[in-house]
Amino acid sequence: MTIGPIGFAAPWLLVALALLPILWLILRAVPPAPIRRRFPGVALLIGLTDDDSVTDRTPWWLLLLRMLAVAAVITGLAGPVLNPHIKAQTNANLPLLVVLDSSWASARDWDQQRAVLDDMLSEAGRDGRPVAVMRLSAPEALVFQPADVWRSRLSGLGPEAWAPTTDTMATATSWLGEDRYETRWFSDGLARDGREALLSALQDRGPVSVYESPRAILALTPAALLDGNLELRATRVRPGAARAIEVAAFGRDPSGILRVLATLPMTFDVGTTEAIGAISLPPELRARLTQFQIVGQDHAGAITLSDDTLKRREVALIAGREDREGLELLSPLHYLEQALIPTADLLDGTLADIIPANPDAIVLADVATLAEGEQAQLLEWINDGGMLLRLAGPRLAASDISRQEEAPLMPVRLRAGGRSVGGAMSWGEPKALAPFSDSSPFFGLDIPGDVSVSAQVMAQPDPSLANRVIAQLSDGTPLVTRKRIGQGQVVLFHVTANAEWSSLPLSGLFVQMLERLAISGAASLPTAEDLAGTTWQPVKVLAADGSLSEAGNLPGVAGERLISDPLGPTLQPGLYDGPERRIARNVIGADITLAPVSWPADVPVTGLIRPAQHPFGGWLLALALILLSADVLASLGLSGRLLPARAALIALLALGLPQDAHAQDDKTLAATSEMVLAHVLTGDAQLDDTARAGLLGLSQTLFFRTSIEPSNPIGVDLEADELAVFPLLYWPITPDQPIPSDVAYAKLNTYLRTGGMILFDTRDANVSGFGASSPNGAKLQKLAAPLDIPPLEAIPEDHVLTRTFYLLQDFPGRHAGRGIWVEAAPPDAKKIEGMPFRNLNDGVTPVVIGGNDWASAWAMDARGNPMFPVGRGFAGERQRELAYRFGVNLVMHVLTGNYKSDQVHVPALLDRLGQ
Amino acid sequence: MSQPLPLRTHAETEAARLPPLLARAEQLAGAVLLGEHGRRRSGLGDDFWQYRPVQPGDSRRLIDHRRSARSDTQFVKQREWQIAQSVMLWVDNAASMRFASESGLPEKADRARVLALAVAILLNRAGERVGLTGTALPPRRGETQVARLADALAQDTQDDYGSPDMRGMPAHGRAVLISDFLGDISGAQNALTSAADRGVQGIVMQVLDPAEEAFPYQGRTIFQSVGGTLAHETLKASDLRDRYLERLAERKAELAQLCALTGWRYQCHHTSESAQTALLWLYRAIDGGQGA
Repeated sequence: MTIGPIGFAAPWLLVALALLPILWLILRAVPPAPIRRRFPGVALLIGLTDDDSVTDRTPWWLLLLRMLAVAAVITGLAGPVLNPHIKAQTNANLPLLVVLDSSWASARDWDQQRAVLDDMLSEAGRDGRPVAVMRLSAPEALVFQPADVWRSRLSGLGPEAWAPTTDTMATATSWLGEDRYETRWFSDGLARDGREALLSALQDRGPVSVYESPRAILALTPAALLDGNLELRATRVRPGAARAIEVAAFGRDPSGILRVLATLPMTFDVGTTEAIGAISLPPELRARLTQFQIVGQDHAGAITLSDDTLKRREVALIAGREDREGLELLSPLHYLEQALIPTADLLDGTLADIIPANPDAIVLADVATLAEGEQAQLLEWINDGGMLLRLAGPRLAASDISRQEEAPLMPVRLRAGGRSVGGAMSWGEPKALAPFSDSSPFFGLDIPGDVSVSAQVMAQPDPSLANRVIAQLSDGTPLVTRKRIGQGQVVLFHVTANAEWSSLPLSGLFVQMLERLAISGAASLPTAEDLAGTTWQPVKVLAADGSLSEAGNLPGVAGERLISDPLGPTLQPGLYDGPERRIARNVIGADITLAPVSWPADVPVTGLIRPAQHPFGGWLLALALILLSADVLASLGLSGRLLPARAALIALLALGLPQDAHAQDDKTLAATSEMVLAHVLTGDAQLDDTARAGLLGLSQTLFFRTSIEPSNPIGVDLEADELAVFPLLYWPITPDQPIPSDVAYAKLNTYLRTGGMILFDTRDANVSGFGASSPNGAKLQKLAAPLDIPPLEAIPEDHVLTRTFYLLQDFPGRHAGRGIWVEAAPPDAKKIEGMPFRNLNDGVTPVVIGGNDWASAWAMDARGNPMFPVGRGFAGERQRELAYRFGVNLVMHVLTGNYKSDQVHVPALLDRLGQ
Repeated sequence: MSQPLPLRTHAETEAARLPPLLARAEQLAGAVLLGEHGRRRSGLGDDFWQYRPVQPGDSRRLIDHRRSARSDTQFVKQREWQIAQSVMLWVDNAASMRFASESGLPEKADRARVLALAVAILLNRAGERVGLTGTALPPRRGETQVARLADALAQDTQDDYGSPDMRGMPAHGRAVLISDFLGDISGAQNALTSAADRGVQGIVMQVLDPAEEAFPYQGRTIFQSVGGTLAHETLKASDLRDRYLERLAERKAELAQLCALTGWRYQCHHTSESAQTALLWLYRAIDGGQGA
């Protein structure tokens, strides 16, 4: 049963909706549950009766809520479905045959096809129709099976990367059998020979209907190299409106990651089925291309793989002599250049510049000796797959290279002098070439009769010589020798690169030989004859959806099949590796044209899209649950048992609110907004007060005398406070202060390493020289042991601390004890002639250790009066003044570093500036 | 069971806000015992109060000859009246008092105890003797008595409604009864009439929760007494409201009438109001409205 777009699986349940008005009456009549209340005044209530015998009514909105809930439950259980699929009532008694084109062109619509197929199979399952599935790209004999079996195999029925051929369709026709069945054909929309035959065979056996997506299929033909540009051609099935597409060129970036290297916009003009575009890429980029794809088309036909045909090799030419201006034809490189220019990119330059560019091949024409470094670089390059081609010449013949023992960059040892035959001063005729042996890379090349050799360098007979010869003269002397080094090779032509010694460079054979040596890349596909007898191993195969995967252990393909045979299970599209090169076999050939299939008028054609049916009974039941829980809340609220809203709100807030953030660290704030001196809290209240007063006095002094304007000093708790904001920590030592925790020490060490300074004050006039004999000294040793303190020394006379603001030589506090200790000067610090002081550490000493109780000398009360007496009389006041001066110098040192040391360079700098 | 210690602290703070309270003694005879605070009027006592000229009707034995000899007229020497009166407290400790309609309000029992103890402290400070009705705590003076009172007041009973126990009531003493008087009225009736018979004057303070005055209930409800012995079910509580309030007013009128008959004073206090107001009223009532 359907009402509008909604159908019901169990419509009879809807009758229960008629019960709702009765339910209304019942629910209205039932009084709410009584509330129990404690009430002391109940004694006064005893004996009172309810006047009104009518019960208290449930509020109408609560009733409505409950009604809605019940209605939702009833409707939900009735199984409502939005957009139900109405079964076609035809041919339900015949078996069902599903024919799938399963080609690359089906891949784009496979998801929809699959959904439709799934529905179709489940419908057939409900009707109890046996089903058979035939994939035309890989036909099998018809097997009628229950639909559920096919449903479980659905994911295995996906499209293949090739298309059905006339042969496969003929095979399929032969398997159709004689029974009657209904056929449903999922077509990919492309015309093919053999479709009509199959269609009429199917129509003989029952009704046929076709499912086909009307969306246009686009395909991309392989890229071709034309005048240095890459030309691409896209085709579409039907000429139609103008359409712009984009083709992305994928390749590996220098780190090996697949990226879009370039995009090429193309346009189908109105009424055409072809769009052509050309893209120009630098050779380095072109060499890295792996595939082209029409953006937004996810099927194998929109992808074309590129192979070696797109690559132009980079060849570096280096000659021994470059001074032959005007004599082009005698240049050792002239013939090589002519042979290579059509197919390769030539590099010029010195060897040292060229090797980092990693060319495919380097040609050394008559170069005898190489510098030691160049030789090592070349060897490394060859090891990594480089190809070194050497050509002989007068220099090589005259040199001693590879004479006594084989040079690393020569394939063979050479005899001194070489030989010349057939000249005026020699016997015999110029020698011709012997046919190439079948182990030679030149095997199969025709040798023109006019190629003759009149002079050459001679190979020294060696045990390994026979293996290295790949071409020889008719008298058996080696003409071309080769040695493999790592992944690369060195090839030596025993003749010159020009026509002086032989006519070989003049012949077409020379070009072919270079091609065979893969020095010049072949720009065209080899023909089937070229590939006869070779076996090509698939490296990567293309799936129908356009994804590349490793070929695994697919069997190799014979060379003669590779180019011309139609694609199929045994010849899948992908990349094939063969001798010396790699060939891509694409889904779309260079000359393909796509045509739309035209079905006869009596075959119904259906699209793949239909509205999905949405059962929403679950949603209705969920709605009922929500309504019922709202009812619970409402009932509780009515009877006054709902938690007070306030309490609930508080509970919610307690759950929802984040934990209270840590309180602002006032100290850190104060220290970051202004410059602040700080002292370490020792736990001894009197000492801490003294330290604070001392730093206050010092701050006041700084404020009055210098441009440093500190704020009020701060006591620092090493365990809790952030230290990084304080430039200086004053740390008075008392024997009973606690040892800081490991965490605090970690903080202190970070503080010292990042430029902080601690002034340790043992306050005992340094009577024991910081030995352990005084309690404060012992405590200082214990406190400072875990600290990361550099080596110390007693302050030298020329330390920067003696002159950062005042010139000082001693540093008294309340005591006028012995000197203070600072970071030791580097051992190599030397006094330079004419300089008043050495150039010491290039930074601030992280610690200053002393015992003069400076804080007491600096200490000042709120009115600015000194708090503690220092010394006696005027001498005492002088000592206090010096103490202040030490404080000023210290803070200056902390804040300016070794600025005063650098001042020594001022005259020199001014001099250099010319003033 | 309330805690005596916080109860006392609470009461002390309440009491601290009032000047010492002097109980007015109407009857000199009977329960009069000498205390250390003069009554600012002539009477029995040790301290000199005043000389006054002899008036007709004065006994000649009263003439103070030493003073009279200094002048022509004759004088009578009067001494200051010094008494200590017994004030008996009764605070309902039944279950009905342990009720508070909202979490922000104190229980009725709590308020009643605080008021009673505050009065006791004031009276004690003024030199009166304070005790509890019944035989548990006879009237005494002193700080320890306050402590004992606090202890005794903190006792709870499980009965639903309490009625005043007027045993051990000294004749012509004073009494303070604090309860909600929601139970059977006959107990209060008996107590007041028997007290009036013995010349005891006093104060009836009815402590009620605001909910008991407003009856803000509706819907189907089962009302239960706090002790759980009484229950009343109604299908529509809002209908009961008017009749309940009527009965409550009736009960109040009954109490006021009873007090008027016996010479007692009646006051209704709600827990939502300030305890200070109630204590002020109590102070006034015990002092007879004459001030210290």
